[in-house]
Amino acid sequence: MKDVIIIGAGVTGAAVARELSKYDLDICVLEKEEDVCCGTSKANSAIVHAGFDAKAGSLMAKLNVRGNEMMDELCKDLDIPFKRNGSLVVCIHEETKEGLKDLYNRGIENNVKGLKIIDKEELRKLEPNISDNAVAALYAPTGGIICPFELNIAMAENANENGVEFYFNTQVEKIYSDIEGIYHVKTNNGEYKTRYVVNAAGVYADVIHNMVSSKKIKITPRRGDYCLLDKEVGGHVTHTIFPQPTALGKGVLVSPTIHGNLIVGPTAVDIENREGVNTTAEGISDLITKANDHVKNLPLKKVITSFAGLRAHEDNHEFIIGEVEDAPNFIDCAGIESPGLTSSPAIGEMVGNIFKEKLYLKEKPNWKKTRRGILNPSTLSMDERNELIKKQPAYGNIICRCESISEGEIIDAIHRPLGARSLDGVKRRTRAGMGRCQAGFCSPKTMEIINRELGLDYENITKSGGKSNIVFGRTKGEDR
Amino acid sequence: MKEYDIVVIGGGPAGLAAAVSAKCSGVENIIVLERDKELGGILNQCIHNGFGLHTFKEELTGPEYAYRFMEKLYKEKIPYKLNTMVMDISKDKIVTAMNREDGVFKIKAKAVILAMGCRERPKGALNIPGYRPAGIFSAGTAQRLVNIEGYMPGKEVVILGSGDIGLIMARRMTLEGAKVKLVAELMPYSGGLKRNIVQCLDDFNIPLKLSHTVVDIEGKERVSAVTIAQVDNHGKPIKGTEERYTCDTLLLSCGLIPENELSRNAGVLMNSLTNGPIVNESLETNIEGIFACGNVLHVHDLVDYVSEEAKKAGESAAKYVKGEQINNNNNSVEIKAIEGVRYTVPSTINVDRMEDMLTVRFRVGKVYKGAYVSVYLDNERIMHNKKKIMAPGEMEQVILVKNKLKEQPELKTITVKIEDE
Amino acid sequence: MEKRELTCIGCPMGCQITVELDEKEVKSVQGNTCAIGDKYARNEVINPERTVTSTIVVLEGDKPRVSVKTKSNIPKSRIMDCMKEIDSARVKAPVKIGDILIKNVCDTGVDIVATRNIEKL
Repeated sequence: MKDVIIIGAGVTGAAVARELSKYDLDICVLEKEEDVCCGTSKANSAIVHAGFDAKAGSLMAKLNVRGNEMMDELCKDLDIPFKRNGSLVVCIHEETKEGLKDLYNRGIENNVKGLKIIDKEELRKLEPNISDNAVAALYAPTGGIICPFELNIAMAENANENGVEFYFNTQVEKIYSDIEGIYHVKTNNGEYKTRYVVNAAGVYADVIHNMVSSKKIKITPRRGDYCLLDKEVGGHVTHTIFPQPTALGKGVLVSPTIHGNLIVGPTAVDIENREGVNTTAEGISDLITKANDHVKNLPLKKVITSFAGLRAHEDNHEFIIGEVEDAPNFIDCAGIESPGLTSSPAIGEMVGNIFKEKLYLKEKPNWKKTRRGILNPSTLSMDERNELIKKQPAYGNIICRCESISEGEIIDAIHRPLGARSLDGVKRRTRAGMGRCQAGFCSPKTMEIINRELGLDYENITKSGGKSNIVFGRTKGEDR
Repeated sequence: MKEYDIVVIGGGPAGLAAAVSAKCSGVENIIVLERDKELGGILNQCIHNGFGLHTFKEELTGPEYAYRFMEKLYKEKIPYKLNTMVMDISKDKIVTAMNREDGVFKIKAKAVILAMGCRERPKGALNIPGYRPAGIFSAGTAQRLVNIEGYMPGKEVVILGSGDIGLIMARRMTLEGAKVKLVAELMPYSGGLKRNIVQCLDDFNIPLKLSHTVVDIEGKERVSAVTIAQVDNHGKPIKGTEERYTCDTLLLSCGLIPENELSRNAGVLMNSLTNGPIVNESLETNIEGIFACGNVLHVHDLVDYVSEEAKKAGESAAKYVKGEQINNNNNSVEIKAIEGVRYTVPSTINVDRMEDMLTVRFRVGKVYKGAYVSVYLDNERIMHNKKKIMAPGEMEQVILVKNKLKEQPELKTITVKIEDE
Repeated sequence: MEKRELTCIGCPMGCQITVELDEKEVKSVQGNTCAIGDKYARNEVINPERTVTSTIVVLEGDKPRVSVKTKSNIPKSRIMDCMKEIDSARVKAPVKIGDILIKNVCDTGVDIVATRNIEKL
């Protein structure tokens, strides 16, 4: 019997897992996919929002600002890059300029630091490629950029090192509580018993919630298409450029990413299919039109990939975090859409506090706050790098040319806690295959490393688990 | 820091030929740096025949062609390092490279020959709508899996793009037992050689649909189907022409891009049409002593021309190292590519420095039937050759004669263009 | 008289050739620019031939496959039979470029030869 079962290994589940791993609890995370960070957490704008956008007084506003505050220390502890590049909400119509003031006021109410409305001259100085139509902007210096994979993976790894178990390829089918209030969680991989459940199931959070509660909630997958551009043009803008928000959300942004690409997106289309991460021609063309409204000369010929992600949109556009009224000891983290990534550490903290109120939590004396990241050899001096290569020659062998990722980094990604087992797993941990050739060169080499390090036959190596196998056996009908 | 007269970046057909010709031109101290575990470059996976008719007067397969040049390299005892990635080339020609044995090391070079080749246009650049499952490969990746590693990337295949690698892979996958359902090509003409359409598609009854593209990819985990549609003159899909093909694999053969990240960082200026360096008659870039040849300079259809060009780059680099390059930068004539000619390589000529004859290679922008290739020296037309057919997929060339150019000491511009009559 | 339009595969030029045929006899070949084209066209209308290239499984080699080709052309109609023999062949490393790996494939009188070296592991 577990103390806590967390459903979902996205950024929310991982943040909760890390927070609860501080205490003497028997915890496991159930994840239907083969790895952490496979749903909403893997396909979003990769932004740490300042917090002026959410409705004043809302939970969303509170957790956004708190999460933003926590990010510096957290990223340092987890050894992942984070940069406060600042964000700009750009107004392109003289008549909507007042809207910036409203946004500014909301930000002040939400306790966002350093907000400033700047005129077009100052704006142009900050961003030479801003649209000629731009008339003013709201500048938020606390806005930042982060790699969502790394944040999610690092929190999960850290939780795992602190004793939280992760069961992958484990899909929750049914949950019921018995007479003693123990939850039975039935999955495709057997049944688990637990005292507490945390629902961090992303676009499936309503399905999980509705298994135990008569007070139904509804999550709508809201699809967003994105384009990612080559690093060559990653400096086209240096701040995160937002349009003025509308009822449909924050709109299409243009931003550098923490690793130096340029990201453009997302669109917003409500759909039925919770797995519907297909891009559409309309979506991409809509995206391009909108992005061009605010940034000029966008080098869209330099797109290296386009993709779509789903936001877990709840009808009231508010986070639902707390114990479910008619399901004691069942804690929801539902409706976690933007600014969910930013808020995740604060959500973890909040869920921790909920647990503290419910039961006596004993802190583990040996809780490890920090996590060693995957070494990035390009940050080393030539001597340090040579020292490393002497000890571990694999660091001298470049596998991914575009991103300059060595065999050493890939081996580390495979063997570390919750290590990678698929090409996408390697990619999300090391960036091998994320560059301009999009894994054309390195995928056969990465397969060779996975084959050797995990003893996994080529035909069983997948892109991202399940039936996403890369090859169909050997040529010549040869058996191994 | 080690010092070499010439560092050749890349041990594919261009790098091999350049190194050998530099050595034969009298430069002793040469090294070839190759990132893969063997010399020969992409030819090792091009196991089909059709190489070397020009160079060796016989038809060879890719690995055989590569081996001929490897043997020359061995015979000339030119040192080379495998599994070695060049990380940086500086303006003053310091090459930083890395491998397992030596770690990170720097080489000071008198001259550098860029011969890094090209890579395939990635799937992202195509912005194909749909899912992003396993089973989408660039044709070259599939070629490596089948021919080198011995794995089958799929059983039911649709190919987008009729570049040569795509056509070759259509046949290759068929021979290995896969069903290739069709090749779709966005343009109204094929991007590959005509002979490959005959022997790779027609021989196996594989349909080629011109002016078609993929408008949807289905399958969450592995490709399960793709939808293709006809496109209008602007390349936009025409509603109502969609056809769905069930398949497990989508191969993309949509063009090649010279791999010039290193060149750019070194400050080498690029031609936006070739995506390769801008070079003069000696195949020298804007940076003195940095030369380029092969597919890193511009994408070729024929490896024979790569070897020929690389030989020239090797000779030019040797001249430069030995101080034999004529020291006169003033007599530079621009070659203008207009009216149907997309670009020329080289794009400037120093008449004093050029050899007796100079091959200028170019591509046309569309299909021409019965048109003329014309060369003008300022306003005087000196060449007017009728061509049965010219297509963007096939490289063309004109040969300029030094004496003819010398006759016009005031020459400002050489123009290459296509004329209807 | 029958006219056939061909694209020569003899070299990358890809000449458009017109062949005039009377029953099984070639009356004229036009459009070719060299002797290879003439030969190709005469063959192609009567008895089309192709070179087959593929790979063969290597045992104990530093690579799992060796690239191979038919030493000369074989009848086009025999390509798939030839592939069957190639697919079922197994050779032991080392292999030298030019080594005959299958003699007289499918009784065509043509050998399958290696087109690269494979070292013994």
